[in-house]
Amino acid sequence: MNTVVLLACTGLGLGALYFLVASGLSLIFGLMDVLNFAHGALLSIGAYAAWWAATDGGMGFWLAVPFGTLVGTAASVLLELALIRPLYARPRDQILATVGVGLALPALLMGIWGSDARPFPQPAALAGTVDLLGATVPVNRFVLMAAALVVLVLLRLFLARTRYGLIVRAGVEDRAMVTALGIDVRKAFTLVFAIGGAAASLGGALAGLYFGSVNPSQGTGLLIFAFVVVVMGGMGSVTGAAVASVGVGLVQQFANYYTAAGLGDLSVVVLLAVLLLVKPRGLTGRLA
Amino acid sequence: MTAHLKRWWPLALLLVLFAAPYSALPVPGLLDGPLGSPGSLQLIALCLLYGGLATGYDLLLGRTGLLSFGHALYFATGLYATDLAMLEFGLGFVPAALFGVACTVALALLLGSVSLRVTGIGFSMVTLAFAQAGSILVQRNPGGLTGGEEGRSAPAEHLPDALIGIQNTANLYWIALAYLVVTLAVVHWTVSSPTGRIWAGIRENERRVEVLGLRPYGFKLVAFTVSGALAGAGGVVYLLLTGGATPQAAGSDATLALLVMVVLGGSGTRWGPLLGGVLYTWAAHRLGDLANSDSIAQLPAVLRVPLSQPLFLLGTLFVAVVYLLPGGLAKLPARLRGGRAAKTAVPVTAVPEGAA
Repeated sequence: MNTVVLLACTGLGLGALYFLVASGLSLIFGLMDVLNFAHGALLSIGAYAAWWAATDGGMGFWLAVPFGTLVGTAASVLLELALIRPLYARPRDQILATVGVGLALPALLMGIWGSDARPFPQPAALAGTVDLLGATVPVNRFVLMAAALVVLVLLRLFLARTRYGLIVRAGVEDRAMVTALGIDVRKAFTLVFAIGGAAASLGGALAGLYFGSVNPSQGTGLLIFAFVVVVMGGMGSVTGAAVASVGVGLVQQFANYYTAAGLGDLSVVVLLAVLLLVKPRGLTGRLA
Repeated sequence: MTAHLKRWWPLALLLVLFAAPYSALPVPGLLDGPLGSPGSLQLIALCLLYGGLATGYDLLLGRTGLLSFGHALYFATGLYATDLAMLEFGLGFVPAALFGVACTVALALLLGSVSLRVTGIGFSMVTLAFAQAGSILVQRNPGGLTGGEEGRSAPAEHLPDALIGIQNTANLYWIALAYLVVTLAVVHWTVSSPTGRIWAGIRENERRVEVLGLRPYGFKLVAFTVSGALAGAGGVVYLLLTGGATPQAAGSDATLALLVMVVLGGSGTRWGPLLGGVLYTWAAHRLGDLANSDSIAQLPAVLRVPLSQPLFLLGTLFVAVVYLLPGGLAKLPARLRGGRAAKTAVPVTAVPEGAA
């Protein structure tokens, strides 16, 4: 029982991390058909900015996380304005441009801080554990879950209650129609890119907490699972991404523990293949 | 006469490439040693190999319009299956290589038939997922077979003597050249066959092919399998060239590198992927040397840090190509000619703005 609770908490924490990366990825894809390969690099930027702020920058953890998120958001807006927007009429070239950025940015981070993992400073309040139903669970799992829940609620409020949220939702359904109505989808796209970048870089800062260290290839590694989550959840659906994140995180943790290590990662991939064959449009039935 | 000569330039280039090991021509800047030295031959052989791999990958991307993110899986299958057949079953090199390619064909057929059931970006995702599974499997070292992070080196006792040792680099070079020629021949032959014309139709508009009464699925599966088999054969050549199998070959970065090569050279063109593969591989190796050189070490940190990361330079270069050179290097001459023609033509015909 203890193990099950611990595994469930860890799986949910990992799922929360996936959700933070996947939610922005999903909206960006739904709105513009751009599969953002630089999303993992944005996560790494957030992680390194937070790490730098907490160590060299002399900020406390609670300031370092918003700092990392801000830097990552700024980087994503810059990326969108400088590289994605000029290729507006060429969706495949937009994907390719993000591939280039996704290669270049982690290499730059590696050049500056080396390829070794850097230990991430844990604040005393989050370094401990909590007893839950007899299991000893690290506190940072709950921090991640709380962050993901807050992002999910905020995103849903944004999409359901604001004018821009309406445009984004409509754009995901039918971009051509929204454009024909005289609404500039590009502004909405920049906004979605900023939101996605913010969520991803927050995920990066918290990934440092979860893994205990930051390294340049962390973002790319998480990105692959975020892709899996996006496809399983249905492109463009935030709720689908949330459900799929929880599923993927839990399956991965349980399979890794109860079978040979590494089979959990494999089972996630098999799960995706099976799901796509049964329901080619993902869990929520959105166009994949 | 000149048109006649133009037709034969690939053959002339092939002859030059074939004769390269006999030459001691120094190529300062491009290569470290003279042309025929083992170090230079090794690098050129890798360039030719990746030129061939990129050409085979473009059979999917540029010819059939299928964006696969999992091509490295088939390359790695050819590489590991051949190596393991020698190490574990004690097969000789030739049967092991045939076994490796057969494994690749079987895997491409199986996974292709599954992943082609979804279209568009879903297909890209499924191929990525399968390749990721393969990469994880290789890294986890099941049953001590793959050697995990270390990889496994090829057994010298099972390789023909003519393929071992630095004095035989020329033979490996010729094998890489032969692989490239075979790949180019297979790609050109299939693309100009009736099947190839249907691939072009699928690339332009899959729905229209269906309306004509043809099922695109089978044709796409053929493209996927042929392309996978070519990648598997490339894995065999890679095993000979580097003398072992390492997990980097299976990683998603390897597929992305192929994608970068194809786009750099020009997707869907006859020579573009080859050119892109050669340039990328050469740049990746030379930039690595450059990064370790003294002249870079003396630069201020602002310049030194980015310049010492080959992937940073290649990534940036790639973005620049996507941005400034749509269609890649292969389309560059036509663009230059087109640009000049347009400049001279516009005043004469007085085309109004936006009429084209």
